[in-house]
Amino acid sequence: MVRFEENGIRFDLQWVASWIPPGSKVLDLGCGEGELLHYLKTHKSVEGTGIELDEAKAARCIERGLSVVHGDMNREIRDFAENSFDFVILSQTLQQVYEPAELLRHILRIGKNGVVSFPNFSYWRIRLQLLLTGYAPVTRELPYQWYDTPNIRVITLKDFKKFADAVGFEIVRSAALVIVDEKRGGRRVSFLSNLRAAYGIFQIRKNHQETLKQTKSPAPSKDESQRKVKETPS
Amino acid sequence: MSEYIENDPRGISVGLVEKKAFTFAEPPDELVLESGCRLGPITLAYETYGTFRGDNAVLVCHALSGDSHAAGYYTAEDPKPGWWDIMIGPGKGIDTDKYFVICSNILGGCMGSTGPSSINPKTGRPYGLEFPVVTIGDMVEAQKRLLDHLGIERLLSVVGGSIGGMQVLEWAIRFPERVVTAVPLATTTRHSALAIAFNEVARQAIMADPAWQGGDYYFGPGPTMGLAVARMIGHITYLSDEAMRLKFGRRLQDKADFSYNFDADFQVESYLRYQGSKFVERFDANSFLYITKAADYFDLGRQHGRGSVTRAFSKTRAKFLVVSFTSDWLYPTYQSREIVRALKKNGLDVSFCEIEAQWGHDAFLLPNERLSEMIRGFLDRAYGQI
Repeated sequence: MVRFEENGIRFDLQWVASWIPPGSKVLDLGCGEGELLHYLKTHKSVEGTGIELDEAKAARCIERGLSVVHGDMNREIRDFAENSFDFVILSQTLQQVYEPAELLRHILRIGKNGVVSFPNFSYWRIRLQLLLTGYAPVTRELPYQWYDTPNIRVITLKDFKKFADAVGFEIVRSAALVIVDEKRGGRRVSFLSNLRAAYGIFQIRKNHQETLKQTKSPAPSKDESQRKVKETPS
Repeated sequence: MSEYIENDPRGISVGLVEKKAFTFAEPPDELVLESGCRLGPITLAYETYGTFRGDNAVLVCHALSGDSHAAGYYTAEDPKPGWWDIMIGPGKGIDTDKYFVICSNILGGCMGSTGPSSINPKTGRPYGLEFPVVTIGDMVEAQKRLLDHLGIERLLSVVGGSIGGMQVLEWAIRFPERVVTAVPLATTTRHSALAIAFNEVARQAIMADPAWQGGDYYFGPGPTMGLAVARMIGHITYLSDEAMRLKFGRRLQDKADFSYNFDADFQVESYLRYQGSKFVERFDANSFLYITKAADYFDLGRQHGRGSVTRAFSKTRAKFLVVSFTSDWLYPTYQSREIVRALKKNGLDVSFCEIEAQWGHDAFLLPNERLSEMIRGFLDRAYGQI
């Protein structure tokens, strides 16, 4: 069991933080007021950077002595050089990203590891709400009405695993979490997680096999590359 | 910038301060300028606030019309403090209880530092146009000599806005081993065509004034009308559509109806005329020409990176706080973002914030809690890490 909030950070962020080795170089995409970065800096001597769209939140981070760029993560992420960070964190934001595959490719280009967390849309409470009430679900994890939600996508834990195969990245480890209640905090679920977990956290990295395949296979001959072009459906 | 200077409403101030002077580059050891010309002797007027503790020096760089008087009062009767008194002082954004602040009048200026209105030792007359063209790099080189003289080896930070921000960038690249952090505000790595255009119109206004006399006007009335018009043009670029709408609208000045002649009917006309005439009392027209030219020539990528801003920043090791303002159309946010992008590409530590502000380019000089708090937090972190 992890407390709902400890040292100023929510339990899912505590979980993310537990995966970051001390002294790592970290980029937090959509860092808010810098709760996680501040925690990592003070507890793990992490060299952290954040990107935040909201001016007041970005300014608050800078006032706290964090390195944060005020801007759109989709654009800002492009400027970092390859492998600039040990970990790039995308916490509770994937469901709001317009081009998730593109963003994840950039995360794994600039980071040796990515950590992605999101609310699980196949959580039983969500399923049950829709089934029984017929209204678009409103939960503690996704507390918005359909007309005021910033979330443009619904993702389940199973979907994300499928997505990993499609985009070509590897899931190193994952944690499925559920909030027990706000007093006692949250815990991990391992059995029937796609149904029972409210949140999923995934540590990802570039698909090693894919990278090997790419580097080992000889450059295609002219004939081959022409054939490939023909095979590609238009 | 003087029109914004206000006494601190809380009455907090560094108190009485003194303008000092340092002279160097005595012939035959003149300073070799970027143009190849030699200039000497050079005097820089400067002020310091706070106590130097070896690692707490903060250099403040002023913009076009500023001077070394960044904070405090010269006498108890002084009606107004220095130009950035809202930012520099005990407990303020740049806290003089913690930091030792230095501000010097730029080379080419007219507030105590050597410039075109200074006496040319070779002729015994004011330099006028015989004063060599100086660059932002030359200004920074001169500041470095001052810091050597003061025994300051490393700067905790270099802070400045606009042309002061250009000096900040130049410092970080020219003397990377001496700059721990850099805070360029509302600035650019190079002027846009728009910025050069306004400067050129302003210069033409001065040079078209018959009293300019080819720059040799020091024994006559001088190009007062030309300089006033130049300042009026400047003021337009420092504000914004929104700022002018809020500040003046179409309101008339002390009258109920149009005068049907060419008096200043509108408040905005009256404001510009007043600002122009006030400026003439304190500023030298030739200094205006030289400083605006230096700003137009400034091109960080060309000078330090063979055309690439990213390559230019590869020389620095400083941590940066870059700030822009939404309504600044003279140095728009995209120009600050270019700085941020180049710093990120170099893997440098950078923070950036675009502050929502309606007052245009001049926003950096106005009281702004967010700006003060960000600078405070940024400096405190840097000071804690030394």
